[in-house]
Amino acid sequence: MTLAVDIERNLPGFRLRVSFACRRETLGLLGSSGSGKSMTLRCIAGLDRPTRGRITLGQQVWFDSEEGINLPPQQRKVGFLFQNYALFPHLTIAGNIAIGLRGMEKKRKQIIIKEMIAKVKLDGLEERYPHQLSGGQQQRAALARALALQPQVLLLDEPFSALDNHLRSEMEQELAVLLSTFGGSSVYVTHNLEEAYRLCPDLLILDDGKVIAEGPREDIFNRPPNPAAARITGCHNLSRVKVLPDNTVEALDWGCFLQVMAENMLEKACHVGISSHHIRPAGKDDLINTVPCRVINIMESPHQVTVDVKLVNHERNNKTCLKLSLSKEKWLQISSPGSVPEVLKLYFPPERVFLTF
Amino acid sequence: MNMLPLWISLKTAVSATFLAFILGVAAAKLMSVYQGRFKSVLDGVLILPLVLPPTVVGFLLLVLFGRRGPLGQLLASLGTTVIFSWSATVIAATVVAFPLMYRTTLGAFEQVDRDLLDAARTMGVPEGSIFTRIIIPLAWPGIAAGTILAFARALGEFGATLMLAGNIPGKTQTIPLTIFFLVESGERTNAAIWVLIIIIISLATVTGLRYWTNRQVLSNRPGKGR
Repeated sequence: MTLAVDIERNLPGFRLRVSFACRRETLGLLGSSGSGKSMTLRCIAGLDRPTRGRITLGQQVWFDSEEGINLPPQQRKVGFLFQNYALFPHLTIAGNIAIGLRGMEKKRKQIIIKEMIAKVKLDGLEERYPHQLSGGQQQRAALARALALQPQVLLLDEPFSALDNHLRSEMEQELAVLLSTFGGSSVYVTHNLEEAYRLCPDLLILDDGKVIAEGPREDIFNRPPNPAAARITGCHNLSRVKVLPDNTVEALDWGCFLQVMAENMLEKACHVGISSHHIRPAGKDDLINTVPCRVINIMESPHQVTVDVKLVNHERNNKTCLKLSLSKEKWLQISSPGSVPEVLKLYFPPERVFLTF
Repeated sequence: MNMLPLWISLKTAVSATFLAFILGVAAAKLMSVYQGRFKSVLDGVLILPLVLPPTVVGFLLLVLFGRRGPLGQLLASLGTTVIFSWSATVIAATVVAFPLMYRTTLGAFEQVDRDLLDAARTMGVPEGSIFTRIIIPLAWPGIAAGTILAFARALGEFGATLMLAGNIPGKTQTIPLTIFFLVESGERTNAAIWVLIIIIISLATVTGLRYWTNRQVLSNRPGKGR
């Protein structure tokens, strides 16, 4: 069933305008804090009332401002995973699950509780209170509680933000499995791009209450449609552009000419960009788009090196730094410990250079 | 020694606490939901008996329940009157105890994490059940504290009781009134005995209920997670 959302919510100083359709897969809602992601989720769940618009799940109308329909959250029965889990502290884990299973035979309740507890691997902890569980276990309990109602829509609001890194990746894998077996639509809100990329086949980027990009994750990450989307997906290499004939552009902020792939409306492009992971040291066979750059700064992480460079002859001008990220091995191929190259010849693969409009 | 004041005081304080509990929790529930523009005015009115001098409360009650007062006339038409009766001690004690019950409970309600209520809503729990199964249990330490305060206040009520119920031995004469009139007539020793009795009752109530709520808190919800 398709979850279709087309809503507007006006608050003093903030306007949310979002529309999307979510089918069987997980849709990732990506954006910085204050972009309206959580508010969107709350509107879908019925916890917030949009100013205008329409929310439907298949044939069911959940909200329609024109027809005056606004189903209370109780009747929408979405599975909602809160940032801080929102487990009832005065109820056991079994009690937390049972409270949603209303008007059900006691035996049937027991069976469902047991099944859910097993699903999230909390066997034996049914009678514990939330505070007696670790963060990861609380997270699982919250997930079990959300799934027990067999919701058709699962809404996840930054579910891992309260976990430390180690638990995070572990929980993420478990969630990925659950999401793949979950039959309905799910919407996953996060500001962590890698998490969004790993868990969600489709992404929607929100910025200041507006949808600035949506589509399959590869498209969004490789060819963000506008500078704001590029920044949110972690691409910092952006330059204003002057379009020249023959699929060539001049990157004004970097100070070089680049070949790009043929594209419709090339002449309307206003920015050129490339991900820091796609720039690489030029090899012998790279004939075009090679640019000599001077190394400005080097930052080493455990597995990767980030290098800030400026084009040779432009170091003193007010030109923008470019960032490139290299794996440790690649970095060691072009540098040796203690001797860092001053100038690197870099290659910008034309198929990786993207234009925004 | 005549033990009637003890009996009257306890009867009055328990009845007043019971009434203040129901009215206070109901008012707190309504005010926690109400977000209209008269919120602060309404809140102020509900708190008023706490901040006004008890004699002023007594005077207002007298106006309300007197022969010419709106409620007094209503009761008269039903063939009854409350002034200078035992009911008057309960009314006076309830009115002065109510704000403590109401304010403490409202505070406790507002402390309950909104996300918990939203979580329950998304799980299909009706608003009524959310109140009885989530808000009340989580706010319980606050409600219990409010009840203790209300009971203590009702037990110690003097001014408004004297104005509305008078000092009728065996009928409206509570312990605080007894103490005042014993001291007035120079019977200091007897007054001291009553003082001791009221101290014991108050102390027992406060520690007893505290001990009990602490145990509840320990077994149910020791604060935040690890």
